[in-house]
Amino acid sequence: MQSLTKRRFGMGVDTVACVGCSACAIACKTENDVPQGHTRRWVNQRVEGRFPHLTMMVWSDSCQQCDDSPCVDACPTGASHVHEATGTTQVDRNKCTGCKACIAACPYGARYVRPEGYVDKCTLCIHRLKRGERTACEEVCPTKAIVVGDLNDSRSELSRRIAARHHRRQKVEAGTNPRFYLFT
Amino acid sequence: MLKNKLSRRTFLSLAGVAGVGAGVAAKTALGITDGFLEDLGEGTVADEVVPTVCEICFWKCGVLAHKKDGRVFKITGNPSHPLSRGRLCPRGAGGPGLLYDNDRLKKPLIRVGERGEEKFREATWEEALDRVAEGFQKVADEHGPEAVGMLYHGAGASFFKTLLHGFGTPNIAAPSYAQCRGPREVGFELTYGEGVGSPENLDMRNTRTLVLIGAHLGENMHNTQVQDFAECLGKGAKLIVADPRYSTAAGKADWWLPVRPGTDIALILGWMHVILREGWYDKAWMQRNTIGLDKLEAHVARYTPEAVFVETGIEPDVIVETAEALSATAPASLVHPGRRVTWYGDDTQRSRAIAMLNALLGNWGRPGGFNMTSNVPIAKTELPAFPEHRPIADKLDGQYIFAGSPLASGLRDATLTEKPYPIKAWMVYGCNLPNVLPNTQKTLDAIQKLDFMVAIDVLPAEVCGWADVVLPECTYLERHDDLIAPWYREPFAALRQPVVDPMGESKPGWWMAKQLAKRLGLEQFFPWENPREMIHARLKASGYNAAQIADVEQRGVILGEPEPLYLPTDYEYEYGTPSGKIEFFSQQLADAGFDPMPTYRRPEMPPAGSFRLLTGRAPSHTFGRTANNSLLLDSYPENELWVNRVIAADFGLLHGGYAMVFGEGDTKTGPIRVKVTERIRADCVYMVHGFGHSARGLSKAHGRGANDSAVTTRYETDPLMGGTGFNVNFVRIEPAPDSSLGGVEA
Repeated sequence: MQSLTKRRFGMGVDTVACVGCSACAIACKTENDVPQGHTRRWVNQRVEGRFPHLTMMVWSDSCQQCDDSPCVDACPTGASHVHEATGTTQVDRNKCTGCKACIAACPYGARYVRPEGYVDKCTLCIHRLKRGERTACEEVCPTKAIVVGDLNDSRSELSRRIAARHHRRQKVEAGTNPRFYLFT
Repeated sequence: MLKNKLSRRTFLSLAGVAGVGAGVAAKTALGITDGFLEDLGEGTVADEVVPTVCEICFWKCGVLAHKKDGRVFKITGNPSHPLSRGRLCPRGAGGPGLLYDNDRLKKPLIRVGERGEEKFREATWEEALDRVAEGFQKVADEHGPEAVGMLYHGAGASFFKTLLHGFGTPNIAAPSYAQCRGPREVGFELTYGEGVGSPENLDMRNTRTLVLIGAHLGENMHNTQVQDFAECLGKGAKLIVADPRYSTAAGKADWWLPVRPGTDIALILGWMHVILREGWYDKAWMQRNTIGLDKLEAHVARYTPEAVFVETGIEPDVIVETAEALSATAPASLVHPGRRVTWYGDDTQRSRAIAMLNALLGNWGRPGGFNMTSNVPIAKTELPAFPEHRPIADKLDGQYIFAGSPLASGLRDATLTEKPYPIKAWMVYGCNLPNVLPNTQKTLDAIQKLDFMVAIDVLPAEVCGWADVVLPECTYLERHDDLIAPWYREPFAALRQPVVDPMGESKPGWWMAKQLAKRLGLEQFFPWENPREMIHARLKASGYNAAQIADVEQRGVILGEPEPLYLPTDYEYEYGTPSGKIEFFSQQLADAGFDPMPTYRRPEMPPAGSFRLLTGRAPSHTFGRTANNSLLLDSYPENELWVNRVIAADFGLLHGGYAMVFGEGDTKTGPIRVKVTERIRADCVYMVHGFGHSARGLSKAHGRGANDSAVTTRYETDPLMGGTGFNVNFVRIEPAPDSSLGGVEA
C-alpha cells in the first residue's frame, strides 16, 4: 500500500466532452445534502470573438483543491485545513465560526455558508473516496468529462490525462497552485 | 409497498451491479481511515436501493433510487441499464425534487368555478371517479363513444389507452407525434421504409463526421445520446453544426454554419449537389441500395453552392468544404435526424432531405451511421377484442395521408369544428395542452366546447385549471407502469416499480384506470389485480421462470441477446419502401400530388423590427414539466431571451435586464431576462421553452421567466402528415417597463 501522506487528490474536467448540463451539480446536491439556493458545483462558460467567429469553452467548476490554499491561510480557527491523508482542503464544521474570511480569500468563489452557520464547499466526496467509490459528480457525468485522481500516482487516470492532453488551470497567477485541470 | 424490496446488502451482492459492488470491494485499497472524516460525516448511506425507470423525461433511463429511513435522498444511473450505463442527466438526478414537491396534487378535485379559474373543491376518490365515468358515459350516450378523446404523454398512459380503446374510441393522440418527432419518422419512412424510432438507431459513438441541423445535443439532454455524442467527439470526430444560434454543440464544432432560419432544405440540397457533382459517393452501394439517383442528380443541379449561399448565408466554399468532410469519412458520417423537428410545416420534406443525404453517405446499417436494432420480445396480455368504432377524427378524408400516428392537433381541430364528428369529452394525461399545442387560445376554445374534461397529473399544471375533474397521480417513483422494451442496439426490458408509497391520496394511473373500468363495465380489459401480477404473467408467458422474474425486480432490467448492429457489406437489404430500395425519388409522394424530391421554398421572412422566435431546451429541464422542481431550478432558474448584441443596442436592451416579447394581436409574454450575446443571428431571438407558468398552484414556477406559447399563435401544418411547425412566429421586443417585474430570484 502506498504511503497515505503522499496522496494528492485533484480533479480534471474535459472541456471537449463537457456540455455544461449540470448533472454533476445536481448529483452533488443530493449526495451532500447541499441546501436549496447554494451549490458546491456550477457550470462555467467562456465565449470569445464576434459573430460569427466565435469560440466557446464550457466546463463544470468547483473548489480547485489548491496546493497553496488561501482559504486555509485566511482561516482564523483552523477549520479550513489540509487533510493529510488525501491532500485535500477541507472544512472542520466544528471549528468553523462562519466568519467568511475564507470566502473572501477564495479566488474561485467555491464556498458558501450553510444555514447551520458553517462554511461548506466541495469535499471531493472524500467520504466516497474512502469507500473506494468515485465522487458523485464523476459517477453521474453523462459525458465522462470529470475525472478525480491522485496526482502523486502517475498511473491514475487524472495523471495520465494530464500527461497526454493540452490542459490549463484557472487563476494560477493567484499563487494557489490549483489541482483542478481543464483539458482542452 | 411490496415486500420484495432488496436491502442494500442484497443489492450489492448482485453480480450485475458492478459500479456499486466494485466500490465496496475497493474500500481497503484506498485505505483512508485516519478517523478525521467523522468531522465531515460519512454522507448518507442508503439502507435500501430500488431499481426503477426514470420519467422526468421520456428517454426512460434505468435508475437506482437510494433510500434512507424511507426517504429517497438521491437517484443514480443503473449501471446495468443500456440507456443510462450508470450515468444520468441533471433531470434524472433531480427526481427527488419532483417526488417531494409540496405543490403536488394530493387529492381528487372537482371544479367549482368557471373553467380556467382554478377553483376546485376536494373530493373523495369515489366521487371523483363516479364523475369521470358519468361524464364519459353521458357523452357516449349522446354522441357515441368516439366523442371521448384522450391526449397524453408518458408511459403511465398505457392503462388509460386500454380503457378508452375498450370504451370504443380511437381518438387517442400524443403531441409527441404531430408537435415533435412525427415529420422525422415520416421523412425516414418515405425514404428507408422505416423511422429512426426512440431511442434513435444512431451509431453516433462511432461516427467520424457528424452534422447537427438545429439539434442542440447537450442542451437537449437525452442521456445516452449525449454520452455517444461526447464519445465520438472524444475520439476526434469532426463536427458540423448548422444552427442560427451558437449552441453548446456549435461551441464544439469544427464548422458552425449560422444558417438563416428556415433555409435548411436549401443547405441540405446544396450538400447533395456538391457530393453528386464531385462523385464523392460509393457508386456500387448506391446501385445496390437506392433508386432514383439519376433523378436526384438532375433535381439538385440548380442547388449550386452559390445559389444556396444566397438563401442560407453560408459561404459557397464552406458548403463545399463541409460536403467534402462529410464524404471523406463516409459511411462513418452521420447527419443527425433531430428530434423535435416541427419547425416550418415542410418538416417531413426536410427530414426526407436529411434521410437522402444520409443515403448518399451510404451509412444505413454501417458503423458510425444508422445501426440495426433488436428488442426483448414480451408476450402481450390477452384481452378481448376492442369494440368496432368510427375512424379516428384527427383528420378529414384525404388529409395528411402520410400520418403514421394520431394527431393531437387534429383532435383539437375536430373538437372545435365537430368535423368529421363531434368530440365532447377529453381525458388529458400528463400533458399541459395550453403550453404544448401551438395557439393557446385555440386549445382553450376547444376545451370550452367540451361537455366534460378530466386531467390526470402529478402537479397542478395550467391544463388542470381547465378540467372539470382533476385526478392526482403519484410520481414514477411511487408506482408500477407496464414493462418498457424498446428496439435498441442492446435489447432490454426494463421495469418501473414503486420505490416509496404514494404521497397524500395520490394514486397510480393503473389503479385509476381499473377503477374507471369497473364503473364503465370494462373490467374484462383489466384481467389482473395489479400491474405486478400483469407483468409477472407477461414475463412468464414470454418464457421467464420465477427466479428470472425475481431477478428482474432486483436488477430493474432484463438484457436480451443483441442482433448484429451492422449489415454485411455486400448484403441486399430489403428496405420497407414500395420499391424495396432507399427512395431518392418517391413515387408514392408523386402519386399523392407532393414533391417526389424535397424542394426548397423560401420561408416568409420577419418584417422590419420583428424577429423570428426560436425555442429550445435547457439541459436541466423537460419542457415545462420541471420548472417547479427545486433541485433543478437551482441550476437554471428562469429562461432568458437571447438577443444579438447589435440588436440589443438598437432596441435599448441591457444584458441581465428584462424585456417584453410581443406577438400577433395583443399577445405578449411577461418580462423575460435578456441575454445579450454574440451567439445568435440578428434576425431571430431565442428562449428555452417551458417557463412563465401561470398556474397558481405551481408556487415555484409561477411567473418565473416567460412562456413562449403565449406568442406562438401561428403555426404551419405539414400537408403530408399534419405536423405543426412552430418557428413561423415573428415577435417584437421592448425593454420591460419596470425592470424589477417578474424574474423570481434563484
